[in-house]
Amino acid sequence: MLRVGLLPTCVVDSVAPQVGVAVVRVLRKMGHEVTIPKTATCCGQPAWNSGFAEESASVAKTTLEALENHKSDVIVVPAGSCATMIKVFWQELFEVVGDHDASHRAQRLAPRVREFSEFVASRGVMPGKYPHRVAYHHSCHMLRELGIKEQPEKILGGLDGCTRAEWLADERCCGFGGMFSIKQPEMSVAMADDKIESLKETQSEALIGCDQSCLMHLEGRLRRRGESIQVKHLAEVLEEAL
Amino acid sequence: MKDLLEGTTLRQRARAAIADEHLSEALEQASDRLTNLKLIGSSALENYEELRDAGRYIRGRVIANLSQVLGKLTDNVEASGGKVFFASDGAEAAEYVSRVAVNAGARTVVKSKSMASEEIHLNDALENLDIEAVETDLGEWIIQLAHQTPSHIIAPAIHLTAQDVSDIFNKISEGDLSDVPSELCAFAREQLRQKFLESDVGVSGVNFGIAETGTIAIVTNEGNGRLVTSLPRVHVAIMGMERVVETWEQFDVMLALLPRAATGQQITTYVNMVTGPRRPGEADGPDEFHLVILDNGRSDILGTEFQEILHCIRCGACLNVCPVFRQIGGHGYGWVYSGPVGAVLTPLLNRAEEAGELQDASSLCGACWEACPVKIPLQDLLLGLRRKKAEDAGGIQKAMWRGWAAAWSRPRAYKESVRSAATMSKIVPEQFAPKGWRAGRKIPRAPKGTPSFRSWFESGEK
Repeated sequence: MLRVGLLPTCVVDSVAPQVGVAVVRVLRKMGHEVTIPKTATCCGQPAWNSGFAEESASVAKTTLEALENHKSDVIVVPAGSCATMIKVFWQELFEVVGDHDASHRAQRLAPRVREFSEFVASRGVMPGKYPHRVAYHHSCHMLRELGIKEQPEKILGGLDGCTRAEWLADERCCGFGGMFSIKQPEMSVAMADDKIESLKETQSEALIGCDQSCLMHLEGRLRRRGESIQVKHLAEVLEEAL
Repeated sequence: MKDLLEGTTLRQRARAAIADEHLSEALEQASDRLTNLKLIGSSALENYEELRDAGRYIRGRVIANLSQVLGKLTDNVEASGGKVFFASDGAEAAEYVSRVAVNAGARTVVKSKSMASEEIHLNDALENLDIEAVETDLGEWIIQLAHQTPSHIIAPAIHLTAQDVSDIFNKISEGDLSDVPSELCAFAREQLRQKFLESDVGVSGVNFGIAETGTIAIVTNEGNGRLVTSLPRVHVAIMGMERVVETWEQFDVMLALLPRAATGQQITTYVNMVTGPRRPGEADGPDEFHLVILDNGRSDILGTEFQEILHCIRCGACLNVCPVFRQIGGHGYGWVYSGPVGAVLTPLLNRAEEAGELQDASSLCGACWEACPVKIPLQDLLLGLRRKKAEDAGGIQKAMWRGWAAAWSRPRAYKESVRSAATMSKIVPEQFAPKGWRAGRKIPRAPKGTPSFRSWFESGEK
């Protein structure tokens, strides 16, 4: 049993509480104690990706302090891109704004921070049942920066009755890209459509991912198109399966 | 031909491309085909990853010592009887080539594929002097006939189908060609062969200059490069100043990477290596050889955080995997170079003003970096450009981010703001959502009747 500190992420805090609830329930079912670093806010990614490093750093530093002072064995982040921001980009971010001290601290913190599926997979296979055909979306930062690919696949593969469909576009960007989705809506939506067209060929019942922001974008597009395929965070799948 | 950058915005170009179903299909097919070929070609090589590291190292070393390497290249080109001209910008380069053509009494100039020549608008300059410039790369010839610009670094007519090509050719062939590729190729070969024979000057690009012997190397699949560089009396090669290696050993590594990354080929059908003009006793080759080394903004990139973009070897792999390129095609980027590399290069090569929004033509997904044979971190460079842009951002944008930072760096204010976002998301009508979002997507809504995640957690519920 570990003491797990959970960084909920701003997307969970604002529009996806059900994902946060699922994460907590799954982690507890695995036998861990879950606490939330109370003063943690956001990883700062929206401003960083828009080029506003100073603004990003001031938010990131709040969360850095909260996470490094939190009494836990591991910090779990249920979003690949936020986990990447913390583990990979924070060091660079703080260097860019000239805060070398914070950059070192971010470097020290990084190994203690784990993306949700990576953490779950590292604790061994859990028995569960999920009799559905699903498609798994590999989100970009999680795949390319953190190199987390097999873990979520392994988790889904370990569930009774769960079939993961071959999906040609599973590693292609969904088109969310943070502010990109609002600044370049035509490209963003066209990219979602491309992904969705390919998803439909898999004849899956549900689209699963580990980044609620990608899922929010894809779900928004699916519903606007009138498609009924379910969209779920991996934690929601596990909540149901375990 | 005018650049698309002038007078159009990125969003306008993107919209036009996305609305064009014919184009979308062509792009999708071409991107998939080239990506698959590359995967097959690179995975066939056991040490491909090591080669990438070697390639990255070589490019880094050359660019770090660029002036010395170029000095050596120049000395050796001149020692083998060639002339070297350093062009500080596009106009100077075009003027020099034009002068060479005029001095040669040329009425026709044949060209093999050269993005640098596109960059300097060479064809326009020659046409102004009543010199006919004929593209002899099949793709380039097609778009020249169609009065278009290249839409891909290595496959300039990638946005056109065989039927499109047939329509374009039929304008000069009296309308009797089908859309069968072999028939179209035969027609092109017959037309172009005549041009080769008529020309006094051949203009080529350069894939790599090899400094230690003053050699230029050109990789092609059509053989036109060999004719352009050997048949006309004068050969002018135009080289971006970064397209150089020190030694043949380095060239060997780059030659292993370039075709594999570009088309999945182990090697291209032709690899031409030209060292100076024809020497006494040699059977063929030009009487004159000129190497134009083009700066055009490149030296301004040296020593900056963007220096790594000069490592690029123009294979096009980043275009083929880019999900944005896949939607908007090369013309969406508005200038000669497209895709992720174009989005980085265009604003840096003296075009910051007009190209100032290209850094937004990316979701920062990193597929480009993963595909790049010399591991250029293109998404980091794009992000660097966004930071540069943000420095000059307008008051509203800056104020918005400052306000965001002020709130979200304080835990209490953060909680307030996400709580009100949650409440809003449950009740706000779709039409009040940000316009950019609601255009194509329903807005995310926190489930009605559920508390916020934090209040659920604090309530101690299971």
